[in-house]
Amino acid sequence: MSAIIFLIQKEIQSEWRQKYAFNGLLLYVISTVFVCYLSFRQIVDLPTWNALFWIIQLFAGVNAISKSFLQEGRGRMLYYYTLTNARSFIIAKIIYNLLLMLVLSSFNLLFYSLFIGNPVIDMPMFLIAMFLGSAGFSAVLSMVSAIASKAGNNFALMSILSFPILIPLLMVTIRFSKNAMDGLAWSVNQNFAVILVALISMVFGLSYLLFPYLWRD
Amino acid sequence: MIKKSNSLFLGLQWWKWLCIALLFYTFIQGLLIEVPRLPILHETIRNLFFHVTIWFSMIIMMISSLIYGIRYLKSNNLDYDIKASETAYTGVFLGVLGLLTGSLWAKFTWGAWWVNDAKLNGAAATMLVYLAYIVLRGSIDDENKKARISAVYGVFAFTLMLVFIMILPRLTDSLHPGNGGNPGFSKYDLDSNMRTVFYPAVIAWALLASWITDIRIRIKRISLQE
Repeated sequence: MSAIIFLIQKEIQSEWRQKYAFNGLLLYVISTVFVCYLSFRQIVDLPTWNALFWIIQLFAGVNAISKSFLQEGRGRMLYYYTLTNARSFIIAKIIYNLLLMLVLSSFNLLFYSLFIGNPVIDMPMFLIAMFLGSAGFSAVLSMVSAIASKAGNNFALMSILSFPILIPLLMVTIRFSKNAMDGLAWSVNQNFAVILVALISMVFGLSYLLFPYLWRD
Repeated sequence: MIKKSNSLFLGLQWWKWLCIALLFYTFIQGLLIEVPRLPILHETIRNLFFHVTIWFSMIIMMISSLIYGIRYLKSNNLDYDIKASETAYTGVFLGVLGLLTGSLWAKFTWGAWWVNDAKLNGAAATMLVYLAYIVLRGSIDDENKKARISAVYGVFAFTLMLVFIMILPRLTDSLHPGNGGNPGFSKYDLDSNMRTVFYPAVIAWALLASWITDIRIRIKRISLQE
């Protein structure tokens, strides 16, 4: 447990030392939103608003998390190998990436509402959907990033491997957040929340079980 | 490596003869048998013997791929990796056949080659996941590394397939029989007449898939030895 906290601290520190990467991500989100604003001006259609939001999330997430393993060189991975075990390493990565996704999605939501407008009726519910979506993205993308980094640091491979795996998560999250936008009652959304949590725990469990096999070289 | 089986009959093992016989039975009987006359479906109900059975055998292939993948991770024996990858390749081939036959069926019952439906999209997404598996294998040169990484991704791919074709379609309305409150085909088949072709057809396609995989595994073993 303490190893996990220590690893998360280390991730935050190394992110802080290379601020340009993080700032680059924020700029990525902002400029994407701005491009959408210029191309759409205003979005009246609610499903389009929702879908566009999640597509921006998707690309920001893939960009942000793909570097989480790609930036670790071979030597550094060897160093971690001597320091800690595989399971705390992947858990730390997933939790750290969740924090990163939460920051990115808040920025996304902020600028998206600022430029394009915010028709969401039930904001707390939308935030829950955003949290669950971020958790799912982080669990899937951390593992896929580990796989892609072993297969020759190829960014295209990262997208090919992760997009199909993200489809079920994305579909359920989009429905969930659409219901939040319409201000539907919690009882309608309960099912989606349960499915999302089940999907996330499934991916999390698989990563926990399978990462040790990826990690030794 | 190459084993000579004792039970050869005219150069083929018994199960290959069984496969040939059952395939002939499926095609001849499947097209001739008396089927329930139903509105919309009419004679296309015979596609049940091809579309559904091909998907069944695809799922059998994917399950074998999963099992061999896990056995590879436990033992690091490259032979398991050959089996895991080749069963997955055959599975993808059957999946494509399933999509084609399904598309044909959709055209003559629902009126379009493709409809925006949870089950169909799930099937397409499953194919994407397994195609990504093939691309992943192609992008790594080292045999052991390739085996390990693709086995890990293979486990993901299989669980995703279950989510796509078993769980997600049941959450929404679906045109596809057996999903979203729609009855499966077992309801239409009142006199159990179609079962006499359906079950042999499943065995026939599964045997054909094993046959294809068997040949490919043997080719792969030889090419790895050289």
